[in-house]
Amino acid sequence: MNRLSVDFLGINFKNPIVAASGTFSFGKEFAEFYDINMLGGISFKGLTLNKKEGNEGIRVWECESGMMNSIGLENPGVEEFVEKYTDYTQNIDTVKIVNMGGNNLQEYIKGAELLNKVDFDILELNISCPNVKSGGMLFGVCEESAYEVTKAVKNITRHKLMVKLTPNVTDIASIAKACEEAGADALSLVNTFQAMAIDVLHKKPIFDNIYAGLSGACIKPIALRMVHQTAKAVKIPVMGMGGIYTGTDVLEFLMAGASCVQVGTANFINPLALKNIIKELEAYCEKENINIKDIINII
Amino acid sequence: MAVIIQNTQIAKNIYKMRVCCGDDAKAGQFYMLRAWANNPTFSRPISICDRDGDEIIFVYEVKGKGTKIFSSLKSGDNIELLGPRGNGHELSAKKCVLIGGGVGIAPLVYLAKQLKSHGAEITAYLGYTNEAFLTEDISKYADKVIENIGGYITDYIDELDADSVYICGPEIMMKKAYELYKYTNAKVYASMERRMACGIGGCLGCNIKTKNGNKKVCSDGPVFKAEDVFYE
Ligand SMILES: Cc1cc2nc3c(=O)[nH]c(=O)nc-3n(C[C@H](O)[C@H](O)[C@H](O)COP(=O)(O)OP(=O)(O)OC[C@H]3O[C@@H](n4cnc5c(N)ncnc54)[C@H](O)[C@@H]3O)c2cc1C
Ligand SMILES: Cc1cc2nc3c(=O)[nH]c(=O)nc-3n(C[C@H](O)[C@H](O)[C@H](O)COP(=O)(O)O)c2cc1C
Ligand code: FES
Repeated sequence: MNRLSVDFLGINFKNPIVAASGTFSFGKEFAEFYDINMLGGISFKGLTLNKKEGNEGIRVWECESGMMNSIGLENPGVEEFVEKYTDYTQNIDTVKIVNMGGNNLQEYIKGAELLNKVDFDILELNISCPNVKSGGMLFGVCEESAYEVTKAVKNITRHKLMVKLTPNVTDIASIAKACEEAGADALSLVNTFQAMAIDVLHKKPIFDNIYAGLSGACIKPIALRMVHQTAKAVKIPVMGMGGIYTGTDVLEFLMAGASCVQVGTANFINPLALKNIIKELEAYCEKENINIKDIINII
Repeated sequence: MAVIIQNTQIAKNIYKMRVCCGDDAKAGQFYMLRAWANNPTFSRPISICDRDGDEIIFVYEVKGKGTKIFSSLKSGDNIELLGPRGNGHELSAKKCVLIGGGVGIAPLVYLAKQLKSHGAEITAYLGYTNEAFLTEDISKYADKVIENIGGYITDYIDELDADSVYICGPEIMMKKAYELYKYTNAKVYASMERRMACGIGGCLGCNIKTKNGNKKVCSDGPVFKAEDVFYE
């Protein structure tokens, strides 16, 4: 019997461990180290309608217990992804999550429409993207725009829709509810926290874009609080993430109300991180003589 | 996990670490090194300086937190090695020039050894800031070694007749050296450095712009044709 299996949106996950978008590429690089089909799922590198070259300058920077990134969503574009879909997903036999962002409503809609051409399990909508039309404010920072983009994509997509929330907000619960009302089937959170680093020697910001996204262990306590608040606010399932490095971290997110988790930065510390976390969870369930789903949302 | 055989200082801030590891690594490749749990977050990319039977030799400069920790390790301690990573060098050349600046000289040792065993004729230009190191190692394989301390090594380059040129060092130095060979028939290779998170091609953190679009230093490089990276 598999003690780790969980149900998420009617999909059976072998275990609640999903590779986080942007930290696992399309899986191939990690397949060199272990059988990635042992994972509950993979959220692929974030796509945008059009190919993006990404940001110039320094893209990754280490900090105490974490890192900042300013990759700038470098990706091949939805069109190429759809065209070469079988190449991208070859040999992947676990839950496939396609992550997509956009710079205006039209891009989200067109991207989602194109993605209707291929079969995968969940469309994860990255709404931590600047809305060019409203002066670059992120879609995910106010209820109205979060609602609007979720609704527009829900209307067009034939896939299960999971909206990925940004933590850079004052009240995560209200944004979560807006997305639920707009028809989101599930929510995932958190994306990275807006952060900054300065090169004091040269008296200038480290990143060309000045700000960058913070991830890793240092965000875990805040991410956990936000997942807890979100899970209490909505009825739809929640996929939690933010600074998970160990099996114990996963247990915390599950107890707080997430049904599954994603793990990102930990993959850079050790390419075998996700495999090790799964082994830890197996040992925990064995020792406690429980199934992992028994601890979901108990706090 | 690998065991450290020896870890000693060979010049100011420069250390040589011998590690027990039988990998079949190529010149120009590197490893992601780690001697701690979760902090610092990233492993550190260090090139293969040399191989000796079942040992791999790294030579590194103490710059910040990570390399400081490396310098405190003793023989018998463990270190995690992720690799070998990266493309490494092609070894077809017959008449080669090696140009190294600072700790960029480290990977040239194994390259010189490999080129020599392929019968190449080697001229090496080695530039140092304060103090020379690894000159003797390179002299074992190079036919001619020119070293300079404190100046610009590119000012001393006089051998322009080569079929391959391999450059490793600070980016401005590599660019300057490439300019010297730009209009010759030599194929010029530069070993590029970028900050790395994963080191295996998964994060796109180590991006470099090339004539042929974005590339990843960790997996498409670190060795690039100089004309592809210094094209602007
Ligand atoms: C492919 C490759 C091969 C290398 N080979 C060698 C070698 O053989 N010997 C040697 O002494 N050095 C080498 N370097 C440079 C070496 O990786 C850095 O000096 C080292 O990572 C600095 O770490 P730190 O903890 O001392 O410094 P910190 O300043 O604490 O490092 C902070 C972060 O920045 C990164 N970083 C800092 N400087 C560099 C740099 N120049 N290049 C890439 N990342 C950097 C670190 O890896 C770390 O993630 C190589 C770099 C690359 C990319
Ligand atoms: C290098 C890097 C790239 C990322 N790229 C994306 C992306 O393309 N789309 C997205 O929704 N999130 C992206 N993220 C955010 C992660 O998916 C995740 O939400 C965040 O890193 C928090 O989890 P962690 O602390 O486990 O890394 C990226 C994170 C990192 C570190
Ligand atoms: S360091 Fe992650 S892709 Fe190169």
